[in-house]
Amino acid sequence: MKMISIKKSDWAGAMEKVQKSYRLAGPVKEKKGHTFRELKDGETPDLEYSETRMSVKEVVLPQSEVMFSYSLDENKEGHHILEEVPFDETPRAAVGIRPYDAKAVEILKKNFMTEDYKDPYFERRYENLTLVGMAENNPSPVNFSTSCGTGPFDESCLDIILADAGDSYIGKALTEKGEKFAAAAGFAEGDSGVEAKLAELKEQAEGKIKSKVSFDKIEKMTILDLYEAPFWEEAAFACINCGTCTYACPTCWCFDIQDEVKGKDGVRMRNWDTCMSEVYSVHTTGHDPRHEAWQRTRNRFMHKLKYYLDKYEDGIMCVGCGRCVSQCPVNIDIRKVCQQMNDYEPSK
Amino acid sequence: MRAANPYKPYPVRIDEIITETDDKLLKTFKFVFLNPEDEEKFAYKSGQFAELSIPGQGEIPIGIASSPTEKGFVKFTVFKAGKVTSYLHSMKVGDVMGLRGPLGNWYPWEILEGKNIFIVGGGFAYTTLRSSIKMMIDPANRSKFGTIDVVYGARTPGHLLYLDELNEWGDRDDVNMHITVDGTDDPNWRFHKGFVPQIADKVAPPASDDTYAIVCGPPMMIKFTQPVLDKLGYKHDHIIMSLENRMKCGIGMCGRCNIGKELVCKDGPVFTLEQINKTPREY
Repeated sequence: MKMISIKKSDWAGAMEKVQKSYRLAGPVKEKKGHTFRELKDGETPDLEYSETRMSVKEVVLPQSEVMFSYSLDENKEGHHILEEVPFDETPRAAVGIRPYDAKAVEILKKNFMTEDYKDPYFERRYENLTLVGMAENNPSPVNFSTSCGTGPFDESCLDIILADAGDSYIGKALTEKGEKFAAAAGFAEGDSGVEAKLAELKEQAEGKIKSKVSFDKIEKMTILDLYEAPFWEEAAFACINCGTCTYACPTCWCFDIQDEVKGKDGVRMRNWDTCMSEVYSVHTTGHDPRHEAWQRTRNRFMHKLKYYLDKYEDGIMCVGCGRCVSQCPVNIDIRKVCQQMNDYEPSK
Repeated sequence: MRAANPYKPYPVRIDEIITETDDKLLKTFKFVFLNPEDEEKFAYKSGQFAELSIPGQGEIPIGIASSPTEKGFVKFTVFKAGKVTSYLHSMKVGDVMGLRGPLGNWYPWEILEGKNIFIVGGGFAYTTLRSSIKMMIDPANRSKFGTIDVVYGARTPGHLLYLDELNEWGDRDDVNMHITVDGTDDPNWRFHKGFVPQIADKVAPPASDDTYAIVCGPPMMIKFTQPVLDKLGYKHDHIIMSLENRMKCGIGMCGRCNIGKELVCKDGPVFTLEQINKTPREY
């Protein structure tokens, strides 16, 4: 494992250098604060942020992407036959993601790379991607990542971890991918003090997180007990099904597939979808198994906090980033819902 | 080498279109693969479905109506209802489109071999049941099963699918066919009149450890068939059902078809009633 230390004044130069061999995504300051997105040439990932409105999800599961193209022109050979679209093989790096957002990528992987099927669009992006984390010294009040099996300094899903140590960023290359990136960026090697400093910062940061969720009892309840619990309609009462939580969430993976045609040329594409929308699950007949708005809200929380838990037996489908909490227009708080579920005692 | 892209359909050509019902809302489409080697890759079992993929329109999940014992083509019976199915109904023999699959699980033939089979079907959900019956009565397979009883109902005689076959199977002594319609004014109607659950009550083979019911039909039919099977003593792990939900990917990734933690497209569409009892009935 290689220690890293880079002066903040050298950061932009290192990023310029690394862009010769990597396409970067990173935090960018916009009108309403920072977001996370693909960077244009010459743009530098801005590590001096507190939160990014959107997460790294966009990098492995773009909001919209073309899957196939085709021609409907019967005079052309191969008309009406779907063709794969080319993929840019340039290595990519997500620079400056929070360590718990990297855990979200691993959660997405469970859905898109299964034993039975591999989603080729996700897979090639995932394999091509280096995750360069930026630890969080001052987690926000809505951050509850430490109770989701991760945290502001979690190294487990990253290739490189960096942390703010005053006038420099210190860190470690954690994997082979990470070492390659560090070499390409020309990160200077850190001294033996780096490890101790990281541990100190980690302890301080984790200590600042006061917000927690528990799901120990959710684990033991049956799906039907929780599904039929009496509190759902009330818990979802304020929800306007806008879907903001699903788009901002780094682990919400649902998507839609649509054909779009211009003239005789068409594409099949996939777009983010949201379980908050009625169109998501309505049948052609008009019958919708989740017709009531509150039923859709219930499905989202049940998916994240129970169905996923039971299906993969590896924690909840949430990394505690707090985006849904701070961005919800009606103040629905997943921490409260989780607590309500965990405290529920089904009547016998 | 990367595995084949599971979203990429096999190119197929429409080889034959049969209008099945008097109201012309159900048509059977027979497809042949443009690349003959794709037929082998499409090896399927009765109860599975596929995405019919029309460039420019989209995809729809439809149960496979042909039987694995039928070679050289794949058959689907499609109800004209939404955007894609309406377009499909306007297509003609020779048109090229796509077929993606086979998808989902199948009726549990590994368990069903050696058992008596009671098939209860209604309306246009009969398609995968047709596949199953055709497969079981194939000379190579018939001896692998015990008795085969079938109750199949539609609203009127004009709504029954695969009429020629029904008549042919009705004449066999190794299948007990019980065709019924909700009502008809045809004086020469020679089969049952009445709803599927009522007929099932009268003709069902006795419940036993060796008898399985496969139930497939509209929600109302399923709702009223279940108490009948309960009364007759069918255990819930001996009642097999096929579910439908809105789908896109068909491979368990896009999310929408879930009933609880199960995805109808990948963990299903076939479930036992025992399994369904443990999950929210969001279908």
